[in-house]
Amino acid sequence: MNSFLTDPIGFLILWFYSVLRGWNLPEDLVVLIAFVVGAFTLATLSLLLVVFLIWVERKIGGRVQDRLGPNRVGPFGLIQPVADMLKIFTKEFITPDGADKVAYNLGPILAVGAVIMIWAVVPFGITLYGSNLNVGILYIIAVGGIGTLGIIMAGWGSNNKFALLGAFRAVAQLLSYEVPMVVSLLIPVMFAGSMGLNEIVRAQTVPFIVLAPIAALIFFISSIAENGRAPFDLLEAESEIVAGFNVEYSGLKFGFFFVGDFLHAFTIALLFSVLFLGGWNGPGADSMPILGFVYLMIKTSLMYFLGLLIRFTLPRFRIDQMLALNWKLLVPLSLVTVSLTAIVDKLAMNNIWVRVIVLLLVNLIIWLSLQEIMERVYRSRPPRRTVNYPRLKPEADEPVVQPETPAA
Amino acid sequence: MPMQIFFLIIAAVTLISAAMVVTVRRMMHAALWLVLSLFGVAVLFAMLESSFYAVVQVIVYIGAIAILVIFAVMLTRHMMDDTGRQIAKNWWAALVAVVIAFGGMVVLVLSWSRFQVGPGTAPSELLLLDFGKALTAPNQFAIPFEVSSVLLLAALIGSIFIAVERKGGQK
Repeated sequence: MNSFLTDPIGFLILWFYSVLRGWNLPEDLVVLIAFVVGAFTLATLSLLLVVFLIWVERKIGGRVQDRLGPNRVGPFGLIQPVADMLKIFTKEFITPDGADKVAYNLGPILAVGAVIMIWAVVPFGITLYGSNLNVGILYIIAVGGIGTLGIIMAGWGSNNKFALLGAFRAVAQLLSYEVPMVVSLLIPVMFAGSMGLNEIVRAQTVPFIVLAPIAALIFFISSIAENGRAPFDLLEAESEIVAGFNVEYSGLKFGFFFVGDFLHAFTIALLFSVLFLGGWNGPGADSMPILGFVYLMIKTSLMYFLGLLIRFTLPRFRIDQMLALNWKLLVPLSLVTVSLTAIVDKLAMNNIWVRVIVLLLVNLIIWLSLQEIMERVYRSRPPRRTVNYPRLKPEADEPVVQPETPAA
Repeated sequence: MPMQIFFLIIAAVTLISAAMVVTVRRMMHAALWLVLSLFGVAVLFAMLESSFYAVVQVIVYIGAIAILVIFAVMLTRHMMDDTGRQIAKNWWAALVAVVIAFGGMVVLVLSWSRFQVGPGTAPSELLLLDFGKALTAPNQFAIPFEVSSVLLLAALIGSIFIAVERKGGQK
């Protein structure tokens, strides 16, 4: 049975249940109280984690870009986020003229809420999960749609042209990258035979990244785009549309978008580890659930670090590049990968090693043919044209070109 | 008993927001009320313990359709205005169509032998598996399923045909 040393959190949960039952409450009420307390704890812990994540992100970002990062408040600048938080708490809330109050105020809340709602279904350990929803993956996608809604409401409610432009970009980007993400998520669902995240983790005796590296890559790229981080941070491009959908926000409402952003970055790393890196699976995790939690956190930290490296090194895409990457590359690639994987996996179901080798071969073939196709496409393209901007003064030997007047 | 009170609250929210969709003056507000109404339906599905339909309701209707509606509203010119007539000229035709459609639906549901009023139990995992098998079984819904996918494909090709800019600058 569970003991405190091997599974402290599961032990605490069972202890909490036994205390509630000891008060002779009806069983429904016990479950209700336990779920409310659990949801409250999980949401609070995830928001507290953000304080630490802000420091991690700024520190690593500093190192990547050859700076020091925060280093003044506390050891290694650890207390810096607390100081920033206190500063942002004291700032004034400004509501712009003509703003739509409800949409304007609901936007940041939905943006953060949508991220925290994902945590409800993530299995952190064998005994440690919010809810084992049998449609976990669909739930995650649905919740992502609510986050998009929050950004739209923020951009529209602000009554600002730049904010609206940011919201337009957000819709274009988040909706399009949802397509390859959903399609690539079909592969773990297919392998596990279930949409529940617990079953997906349990099915990963071999992590799914070994069986489906291309799907893992597509999921990783599209989840960065869903997060709206560099190189996909077009929705808040400072140099083009000032700051995008959050330009009119101030104080904690502005901070909320960043809380959502930081937490989302960690959450996608968490989801990637759960779906493709085996979640809490690892040596000894079955007998000591706390080890599983540690494994999951190690995997998540690695993915999070990778995401940060990408964020701090790559420049921003142009909007047409962003859409072309999605619709011309990721969507067809994900469709081909899913259909081929489905067929091959059905044929080589029996032996795990046969399955690994065959699926790896399929992925290799897809990847090589993708490279071949892309090289041909690039070779067949006409050379880059340069744009001739009209000169202010026509040169001496050049006839002056009159602009065409439209016929009346 | 608490479930019934909860159901009444959710049903009231759904119906009131559905009414707000057609009475509110700003188009954007109508779209947001629509989201609330659709969300109420999702909660009703969740209360019936069919989490699949609840989640699909959120994905398809809120995540896709409502957001596209909002996007379309944002692209219209008078999006911030309150002006404009609320009631169109052919309201009576719409009323007739709605009454016929609603009546037809009620008759269909009442003539269904397994229809019952009251709490039903639906084991959702089993239901989901049945649903998936029914969609692909040739003697059940395979043909409607394929026809609808052909329809969606046609819509996709049609939208590309309308939107594409032909080379050479012709219209």
